[in-house]
Amino acid sequence: MLGRSLREVSAALKQGQITPTELCQKCLSLIKKTKFLNAYITVSEEVALKQAEESEKRYKNGQSLGDLDGIPIAVKDNFSTSGIETTCASNMLKGYIPPYNATVVQKLLDQGALLMGKTNLDEFAMGSGSTDGVFGPVKNPWSYSKQYREKRKQNPHSENEDSDWLITGGSSGGSAAAVSAFTCYAALGSDTGGSTRNPAAHCGLVGFKPSYGLVSRHGLIPLVNSMDVPGILTRCVNDAAIVLGALAGPDPRDSTTVHEPISKPFMLPSLADVSKLCIGIPKEYLVPELSSEVQSLWSKAADLFESEGAKVIEVSLPHTSYSIVCYHVLCTSEVASNMARFDGLQYGHRCDIDVSTEAMYAATRREGFNDVVRGRILSGNFFLLKENYENYFVKAQKVRRLIANDFVNAFNSGVDVLLTPTTLSEAVPYLEFIKEDNRTRSAQDDIFTQAVNMAGLPAVSIPVALSNQGLPIGLQFIGRAFCDQQLLTVAKWFEKQVQFPVIQLQELMDDCSAVLENEKLASVSLKQ
Amino acid sequence: MAAPMLRWGCRGRRWAFARVDGGSCHRRGAPTGSTSNQIRGESSVAQQPLHTAQKTRKGEHKWAAVVGLEIHAQISSNSKLFSGSQVRFSAPPNSLVSFFDASLPGTLPVLNRRCVEAAVMTGLALNCHINKKSLFDRKHYFYADLPAGYQITQQRLPIAVNGSLIYGVCAGKKQSQVIPKTVRIKQIQLEQDSGKSLHDNLRSQTLIDLNRAGVGLLEVVLEPDMSCGEEAATAVRELQLILQALGTSQANMADYEIQRQINELENGGEILNETRSFHHKLGCTMSMRDKEGKQDYRFMPEPNLPPLVLYDATSLPAGADPQQVINIDQIRETLPELPSVTREKLVQQYGMLLEHSFTLLNEVGLLEFFQNVIKETRAEPKKVTSWVLNTFLGYLKQQNLAVSESPVTPSALAELLDLLDSRTISSSAAKQVFEELWKREGKTPGQIVSEKQLELMQDQGALEQLCHSVMEAHPQVVMDVKNRNPRAINKLIGLVRKATQSRADPVMIKEILEKKLSL
Repeated sequence: MLGRSLREVSAALKQGQITPTELCQKCLSLIKKTKFLNAYITVSEEVALKQAEESEKRYKNGQSLGDLDGIPIAVKDNFSTSGIETTCASNMLKGYIPPYNATVVQKLLDQGALLMGKTNLDEFAMGSGSTDGVFGPVKNPWSYSKQYREKRKQNPHSENEDSDWLITGGSSGGSAAAVSAFTCYAALGSDTGGSTRNPAAHCGLVGFKPSYGLVSRHGLIPLVNSMDVPGILTRCVNDAAIVLGALAGPDPRDSTTVHEPISKPFMLPSLADVSKLCIGIPKEYLVPELSSEVQSLWSKAADLFESEGAKVIEVSLPHTSYSIVCYHVLCTSEVASNMARFDGLQYGHRCDIDVSTEAMYAATRREGFNDVVRGRILSGNFFLLKENYENYFVKAQKVRRLIANDFVNAFNSGVDVLLTPTTLSEAVPYLEFIKEDNRTRSAQDDIFTQAVNMAGLPAVSIPVALSNQGLPIGLQFIGRAFCDQQLLTVAKWFEKQVQFPVIQLQELMDDCSAVLENEKLASVSLKQ
Repeated sequence: MAAPMLRWGCRGRRWAFARVDGGSCHRRGAPTGSTSNQIRGESSVAQQPLHTAQKTRKGEHKWAAVVGLEIHAQISSNSKLFSGSQVRFSAPPNSLVSFFDASLPGTLPVLNRRCVEAAVMTGLALNCHINKKSLFDRKHYFYADLPAGYQITQQRLPIAVNGSLIYGVCAGKKQSQVIPKTVRIKQIQLEQDSGKSLHDNLRSQTLIDLNRAGVGLLEVVLEPDMSCGEEAATAVRELQLILQALGTSQANMADYEIQRQINELENGGEILNETRSFHHKLGCTMSMRDKEGKQDYRFMPEPNLPPLVLYDATSLPAGADPQQVINIDQIRETLPELPSVTREKLVQQYGMLLEHSFTLLNEVGLLEFFQNVIKETRAEPKKVTSWVLNTFLGYLKQQNLAVSESPVTPSALAELLDLLDSRTISSSAAKQVFEELWKREGKTPGQIVSEKQLELMQDQGALEQLCHSVMEAHPQVVMDVKNRNPRAINKLIGLVRKATQSRADPVMIKEILEKKLSL
């Protein structure tokens, strides 16, 4: 039952094959079994069971709220949840219990979804590995998959098997691991530069970033307000569409949501024919760092479209190479501003120092934020200084406009959807990953995903195939602004063609000794 | 929410900078706990040399002071600028604080329509160009009662620009002449107010009240076109009247401060132009370029608010929901009468001097009082004006009372003026009656007149008899009058009036005496 898609389990609930409480308990027990993955920061067991009980009553009375009623979901720990601790994986917000629900959380609950818990992330979503949170790194469930382990046995170089666990990617790695390990059917991530699509690619999931303005940000603790979008992680495109249908729409509490009404229910037609479609391949995305495996899958995907009658053309997004540095300026500037509220006065961490208000601010912020957050605050404040503003912030905004225009030009040339890689390669082992610092990693890993956030476009990462190592590789589709439905329709067609294999975790779930061993190792790596 | 407390080590020395520099950081009034500081101002004085000579000897420069002002007026609205919290005074501390006002993470600003309308209205009344598109910015600084660490304001592209304010300055020998002056208005911007810090020095604590945090302010920036504090004060008074007439702000003056500082920079230095700002605690001005005091607000666009777009009749999209758009032309049509128009009408309608109309408007409630008297009395408007501005206002000023606190009602004064107008009493008797009314004993003018027997003697015969007696009793004076000293007749008039206990009309007495003296 847990391996089914959201739509399948929803049908099972409606037919009474399983009750919401049974489903909830199965998920809770799997969450406990996979605790070593460190996917969840908070497991909201009591809340979920109570919600399941209510959902059960509705089903008994024939008053189901719809497809999401009774469906276990998880939410990244940077969305405010009323009465449930919301930490952003930061010391600064440890113990902070918001008095309100983020709009997206409220919408899911209004549809009857069961909130299993809050998932792990990089501190304040700043990172691309889900390794830099105060609660420790998230482990990629694929590390323990039959597919990966069998490949490793064939490889004579692999020795220390269990310490070689893989990162999930990030920053929404907890949400990705939670869905990938079958502990829930869908999870909310956030996506500022690729934070939903990147872990989706590494964990073999569908990771969808909606158009900016389609889904409310109210209650999402911001990283970069002008680029943040709530993201959706599911095991298939249809499931993502169901969740999007529940979330999309204007919110009076978020002035940046658009007022165009969304067609509901949000249904995806099954595309029979792609011959009227034009797929664009951005030539600038073919970078030297791209792994040959990903590159080959990318061109195979293009061939697939072409062979099925779609028009596939090369397009140019000439300002792509400026994207990373431009993002760095805009992101850190907004971070510097957004983080100013964490001063220890009203909520969150406060230090013991009380000689003066300013000494208190300084110590609180030093203790509350990690080096990555502090580093971004420092750079951001530098860029916003009066003497630097024109040279950095304004310039970066102009470059941002050029990047956005690149996309507009590509779409105006007749392209419906762009096809690109999501990541440079498959997931790397944690020990490999931490050889580079957060900033270097973020700059490398966001390369294909983050220009989309600058332009506010919808994009989705679709798992395509397993690498030689038995690890998932994803490709990204990018659509026109607010053509989310068209984008997902194409993605759904593609998903059907590639038939990505299901993760085989049975061995892991049965093997408790492996779990215990891994837990030990997790604590070792935490101290680094 | 509990008011957070924190210790205060260094006596606020560092805090001072937030208050001082930048010019537009208005807040930071002394923690008086005042509930009505709805308009606050900050002045800066720049010295500009009248001569542009490159190098001059000491004493050769003549310096002229110019005063520019930034006025912060609290917008009269039911809710705050970006949140649904109520705006109300003297509510218990921290009782009017939404999640946004407390800057809980994840909350977003939502612009209050009423505040935008108030800004447009004020902009129109001050002859401003209304920007069809304006932007919001974040202005960063750390302060305990600024929970987000930044204030949302309009730094780059404010809602209204390039206006003017005409105000009248008293001049002439008796300061009785009004000369119109104009000050240019640079811009009007919408911004958030901060919370309040209450410093408990005894316990070294600062208490924060966020009730005011996020309340909408109009910042009106006046160009340095004024030459002294008095001009500045008059201009601000005029602005206050306009805001009150519009109903966009109550514009109470409780916490308002204007300071002027004219320094004689005759020390031979080469400073050509310097902007200084006044520090109310130190009581002196401080250079805004003081290295130690330099604060960089690190302005950046507010990413959570799209540009504010306003429409007029020509740009209004067809089929637009009136609830979703603001139409400048529509607001223009609903503009109430402005003080300058009211004054003009007073001058035309009642034939009063322009300066009298200024006085009538400058005193809160005085115009209404005047109009109520006019409505109820038969007396000439000029008479009413004189009584209201001289006698009535004089009494108020003497006792430091507001019009609303006056013991004399408009009806009572109207009745009194009727008695005067019908010659029932003399003007000196009227003064007596007014004084009685001021004692607040609940009697009408009519009652006072009859109790005190203050009616004018209307009996011609009796008056003639009295005149006769007085003339007989003072032959010397009569001789004086006849010997070409016509002024001596006044003495006779006075004597007759005395004999009538001032109840006779002096004009009548004069007529009788003149007849009897065959002049």
